[in-house]
Amino acid sequence: MVPATIKARLIDIVGENQYRDSNEARLAYSYDATPNFQALPDAVLMPQTTEQIRAILRLCDESRIPIVPRGSGTNLCAGTCPTEGGIVLTFNRMNRILEIDEENLTATVQPGVITKTLIEAVEARNLFYPPDPSSMKISTIGGNINECSGGLRGLKYGVTKDYVLGLEIVLPNGDLVRTGGKSTKDVAGYDLTKLFVGSEGTLGVITEATLKLVPMPESKKTMLALFEDIDAAASTVSAIIANRIIPATLEFLDQPTCKVVEEYAKVGLPTDVNAVLLIEQDGVPEVVERDMQRIADICREGRAVSVKIAQSLAEAEALSTARRTALSALARMKPTTILEDATVPRSKIGDMVKAINDIAKKYDVMICTFGHAGDGNLHPTCPTDARDAGEMHRVEQAFEEIFLKAIELGGTITGEHGVGVMKRPYLALKVGEAGVAAMQAVKSAFDPNNIMNPGKMFAKDARKRVVING
Amino acid sequence: MNGKAASDIRDGFRERLDYNELMNCMRCGFCLPSCPTYGQEQYEGASPRGRIALMKGVVDGVIEPDADVERQLDLCLGCRACEPVCPSGVKYGHLLEEARDVIQSKKQHKLPVRLVRMFVFRGLFPRMKWMRRLHVAIYWYQKSGLQRLVRGARVLRALPGNLEQLERTLPDVPGPAALRSRPTALSAFGEPKMKVAFFRGCLMDTMFMETNDATMTLLRMAGCDVVVPPDQGCCGALHAHGGEKEMAKRLAKANIEAFEAAGADAIISNAGGCGALLVEYDHLLRDEPQWQERAKAFTSKVRDFTEILIELRFADRRLSLPEQRVTYQDSCHLRNVMGTSKAPRELLRSIAGIRFREMEEADHCCGSAGIYNITESKMSMGILDYKMEKVRHTEAHTIVTANPGCLLQMKLGIVREGAEARMRAVHLADFLLEAALHDSMSGGSA
Repeated sequence: MVPATIKARLIDIVGENQYRDSNEARLAYSYDATPNFQALPDAVLMPQTTEQIRAILRLCDESRIPIVPRGSGTNLCAGTCPTEGGIVLTFNRMNRILEIDEENLTATVQPGVITKTLIEAVEARNLFYPPDPSSMKISTIGGNINECSGGLRGLKYGVTKDYVLGLEIVLPNGDLVRTGGKSTKDVAGYDLTKLFVGSEGTLGVITEATLKLVPMPESKKTMLALFEDIDAAASTVSAIIANRIIPATLEFLDQPTCKVVEEYAKVGLPTDVNAVLLIEQDGVPEVVERDMQRIADICREGRAVSVKIAQSLAEAEALSTARRTALSALARMKPTTILEDATVPRSKIGDMVKAINDIAKKYDVMICTFGHAGDGNLHPTCPTDARDAGEMHRVEQAFEEIFLKAIELGGTITGEHGVGVMKRPYLALKVGEAGVAAMQAVKSAFDPNNIMNPGKMFAKDARKRVVING
Repeated sequence: MNGKAASDIRDGFRERLDYNELMNCMRCGFCLPSCPTYGQEQYEGASPRGRIALMKGVVDGVIEPDADVERQLDLCLGCRACEPVCPSGVKYGHLLEEARDVIQSKKQHKLPVRLVRMFVFRGLFPRMKWMRRLHVAIYWYQKSGLQRLVRGARVLRALPGNLEQLERTLPDVPGPAALRSRPTALSAFGEPKMKVAFFRGCLMDTMFMETNDATMTLLRMAGCDVVVPPDQGCCGALHAHGGEKEMAKRLAKANIEAFEAAGADAIISNAGGCGALLVEYDHLLRDEPQWQERAKAFTSKVRDFTEILIELRFADRRLSLPEQRVTYQDSCHLRNVMGTSKAPRELLRSIAGIRFREMEEADHCCGSAGIYNITESKMSMGILDYKMEKVRHTEAHTIVTANPGCLLQMKLGIVREGAEARMRAVHLADFLLEAALHDSMSGGSA
């Protein structure tokens, strides 16, 4: 519970209606999209201005009340689950696009802007904001920045961090910091902008962002290549890149994934082959045409059993939409769905897919794999049932082994979902004990009282299980 | 709410809510943008994901089913726009219906509320006789000059919410003679291609009698022999959504029996709200094995009239109207439950002379939702204002709808905008008949 005196002061700051602590409100903000995590916050606050956020943080810092900033709660690492209680801070009242600067090619937005709203607003001016997480219809830019969201276009265009030029940040003590700006070149001091991207709300609250835009590609083509053999598909991915072609997207789906996606989206995905590559190229029409032909040739040389280029925009759109729904479509199979994002250098995709299949067999669990093959970011996904303790234990073991394998292949434990609570036991695997210590030192420099999203990123004790009942 | 009521509700939830379905919601949040109340409130509890979490929270014993929880469930329109966008296929509408039914049955309403509920759910809607009597009363209200007086003196200003404006949307209802003499069988114009049984509904066969007549005429033009089983009654949708499930089941059984006798190829509805419950009679009666087969036979025949018109190539006829811009507002239940969204548009596009403009978010609820615009008038008007903004962008002269509730709500929207002079709302059946007659009268020019 928030002490009555502090509650009164918080209400003074945000107004009666924007402070909620009913059981209903606390429950509604007790979860995000991560399975099996739930914890009630003490209150939910809906501020409207940076000044309000400064006052809230100052007060909570003095009183040591945890703050959990939350966009739309679609993250997959339990990053916005208030595991240590405190206050959930929402941004739906700070959802304005402040400026689209067509001369400097930047957009300045408040954190609560929905990703798709921004994408549509800039596309109306023939500009392009590439980061496109699967949840972009509802995810917020603030959430994307804090998790450094990726998406389907990561291979060619990079991820959220490549598009954040400047930030306005409120530190836990209430200080206001502006980092970066509209200039491409800026080496004035430490790059705090980059530090805050992907910081998972553990360092401060982002209240405004200046984002980089690029010209809208003139055209786009989509292709579907089918393979009998997963290894053939994986080596085709490497072959495309080795041939000096960078497709806009290069997505991989295995057979079980295709089956469920097709059942849901009904767009004509094949369900009788072992691997499917969804490939897109965008740019100047002639270049797109040439690249697509070369990619088609490479696929055929790589033993693709079928190569088909979408004939219409609608057909292409249906294919990429189908891919976007993969995760949720997998959720139809079983009550619980655990999705991971182990990532390897793209040349190791084949090894990783093979290892995942072996590990699934070893622990007798079902794992469907899809993902952004072009950037090595795979999503091994396990449809299971949280009520089956035996199976859940095997699932944990399987995923632990998958993480170890990813590291062994020179990859990482998480490509785009973040650490949150879900991966904190494994952070040291990737960055080492010294790396964790350095990160913790950064954390305490910004947030000495540990009020910002506590319990995320860093494990309190030794390695824990992947699946924790909250 | 006292402790006993709370634990009764929790037990009810535990017994009646499908736990697999609750778990099936993976909380991806993809439903949030489709939800009109989330759009208005920007608040997680007012979203489908939030409401499912609240139900699950009660079942799991994490929270008490207190007044706030009940409030969030009440605030849901039941438009079910979250279902088609749910990748996990969660049947949200079924969960909501069970939850509301449990809450209603455990609840001690105050006496006046009990009396009104009893009159509406048990007296008025299940009994066509009462429904007709009410309409005779409305008829005299309209014809005697009382309506003019009431409007002139603005007596209804004293009523709460938006009732004064709602009164202005009342169509002129048919007189007692017309209400009494309803057809039971009508032959196709020309060679019959199909025999259909028409579901007439309650409000549709009284307040919107003309629309029912238009629908039957369209069906006959398309080559249908139309029967109207005389023993049919209210579909039970108001009951099922309003927490009166047992009554809904009784009505369902009566309708199944009434239509079995008709032996038609299809059962036709022209109101999305009714049709959506008709196609779910098998689900409604799922706990009654002896009814399963009959319910399935019934639901497999239920179609919206637009689907039949398309199937019988009505759109190939010559249809025309004077030049006007037209837009279409989906009926949520027609679209999200019956899966009909293309047929009405195809029919509209086949009319020569009009310009059809698709409205942004036409698939978003208009805020009518049965009696929601009376019980939750503030939220409903917020949603309606948002809808009218989208209507304005289309610059439409005519808003076409496919359900009586939506029709009244769009009329209300026009009244609130003060746009009666330049905009009208019509049911698709009336509009299509207008187009068919206009074309034959204007000699097929267009």
